[in-house]
Amino acid sequence: MKINDVSIQDIQNDIIDEFSMFDDWEERYQYMIDLGKTLPLIDEQYKTDDNIIKGCQSKVWVHAQLEDEKVVFTADSDAIITKGIIAILIRVFSNQSPSDIIAANTDFIDEIGLKEHLSPTRANGLVSMIKQLKMYAIAYQTQLN
Amino acid sequence: MFKVEAIRQDFPILNRQVNGKPLVYFDNAATSQTPQQVIDVIVDYYSHYNANIHRGVHSLSQEATDKYEQARHTIQTHFNAKHPCEIIFTSGTTHGINLVANGFSALLKQGDEIIVSALEHHSNIVPWQMLCERTGANLKVIPMNDEGALVMSAFEELLSANTKLVFVNHISNALGTINPIESIIEKAHAVGAAVLIDGAQACPHIKPDVQKLDVDFYVASGHKMCGPTGVGMLYGKEEWLKKLPPYQGGGEMIAEVTFEKTTYADLPHKFEAGTPNICGGIAFGAAIDYLNAIGFDDIATYEHELLEYATEKLLDIEGLKIYGTSEEKTSVISFNLEGIHPYDVGTILDKMGIAVRTGHHCAQPIMDYFKIPGTVRASFAFYNTKEEIDALVAGVKKAKMMLS
Ligand SMILES: Cc1ncc(COP(=O)(O)O)c(C=O)c1O
Repeated sequence: MKINDVSIQDIQNDIIDEFSMFDDWEERYQYMIDLGKTLPLIDEQYKTDDNIIKGCQSKVWVHAQLEDEKVVFTADSDAIITKGIIAILIRVFSNQSPSDIIAANTDFIDEIGLKEHLSPTRANGLVSMIKQLKMYAIAYQTQLN
Repeated sequence: MFKVEAIRQDFPILNRQVNGKPLVYFDNAATSQTPQQVIDVIVDYYSHYNANIHRGVHSLSQEATDKYEQARHTIQTHFNAKHPCEIIFTSGTTHGINLVANGFSALLKQGDEIIVSALEHHSNIVPWQMLCERTGANLKVIPMNDEGALVMSAFEELLSANTKLVFVNHISNALGTINPIESIIEKAHAVGAAVLIDGAQACPHIKPDVQKLDVDFYVASGHKMCGPTGVGMLYGKEEWLKKLPPYQGGGEMIAEVTFEKTTYADLPHKFEAGTPNICGGIAFGAAIDYLNAIGFDDIATYEHELLEYATEKLLDIEGLKIYGTSEEKTSVISFNLEGIHPYDVGTILDKMGIAVRTGHHCAQPIMDYFKIPGTVRASFAFYNTKEEIDALVAGVKKAKMMLS
């Protein structure tokens, strides 16, 4: 099975399962921090001002391209916890069809105990990032039709 | 001996838990906590004499008006203003600055100069930039040095016969630096310029005497002085307040209204259009009474002790750098861990029940000076303890371990 055959729902369920193994916030956060540290999330050439989303607190870069009718996202942040959450979001949203991305929600973030990071008032760039992912999906959807 | 344990009993919020841990509240420079004595005043207002002021003939309105004017008197006495009418109730520091900046639109012309410092909160930058756009006046900036102190020799060079107004904060919110406002006021007056001091950060720690300072305008916020949000005060010398046109039009600020011409009310009402934050004003007065009952000298001594203790303990952590190292500073520590984003540190501290502020603290020019995205800022109040500082230090160590 190719990675992009896995549905957004299945990936979200996997992530919920993985997080259910952690006992406390420290383990959850350490996992996110490690995700944030290890993954090369974006090609340096795409870390441009055009791709930047300015949160008050941390910056986020997002790049998208269409491959085989799936949207491939890469992204980065200057804050490591934000980057860890980006890694999770990319895992869910990248390599999916534009219509699936448009239809998807981020409720699973609540279930893994990271809700506060997606609060619209947190100003870390993540809420704008999700909006941006959807915008890209909408743009590619029109292109495909 | 400063009885901090007894004082803490006055603040119900300090008993709560955050994320399963006892709250350690070190975001006092953003908003201070409220003692029961002030909460009681708020409850009493809405339970017993909530009414509009200066308008009704009925008893409730009279009671509310009396209490509100009594609060103005408390503020006047506290800041040692000559007349009660020199105290204007505002919604906070930002409102006070905008009121003055708007008034100066009528007094400035092309080529006039106004001077700000590099250490300011955006509230004391943006209204003046807007004023410059309206009038064609030019904005000059007093630079700062690596300690986060103003370069006074550069200030003297900026001053000239064209200087009309100088506005600096008494204490920097981002770094805690106490600015030499006595000397700034004296030098500005020597060239005939007026001075506005943003006292938002100073008033929780010291008791300014506006007559002794000979300052033209001084602004403060209630919510940083153990009072409620949405209320503050502007002190202005009577002669200046008479010169400035009103900021907002509406009820309460008029003497007579016809469609041909409206005449304005006398001070202070000329600047107090609409129904004010009546309860807030009264509670602000109660907060000032509360602080004075503890005593500003004792507050300063104790907070300095906390500052020294925390500075020493934090500097023991390898890779921790403090921004703002001026000799003259209040109980604010702005810092970063080497190679770690302040947002990450703040997030981990929050998980441990420790409230700090992270980011640029509405003072982006300062962050640009140090070439950093922001800092972690721990700001201490007189109700904080050394044990809480120990918790902060342990939290920072844990954050460092998790994040590096
Ligand atoms: C130095 C300084 N000036 C102005 C302000 C703005 O105060 P307010 O938001 O109460 O109007 C603050 C608040 O953080 C401040 O610290």
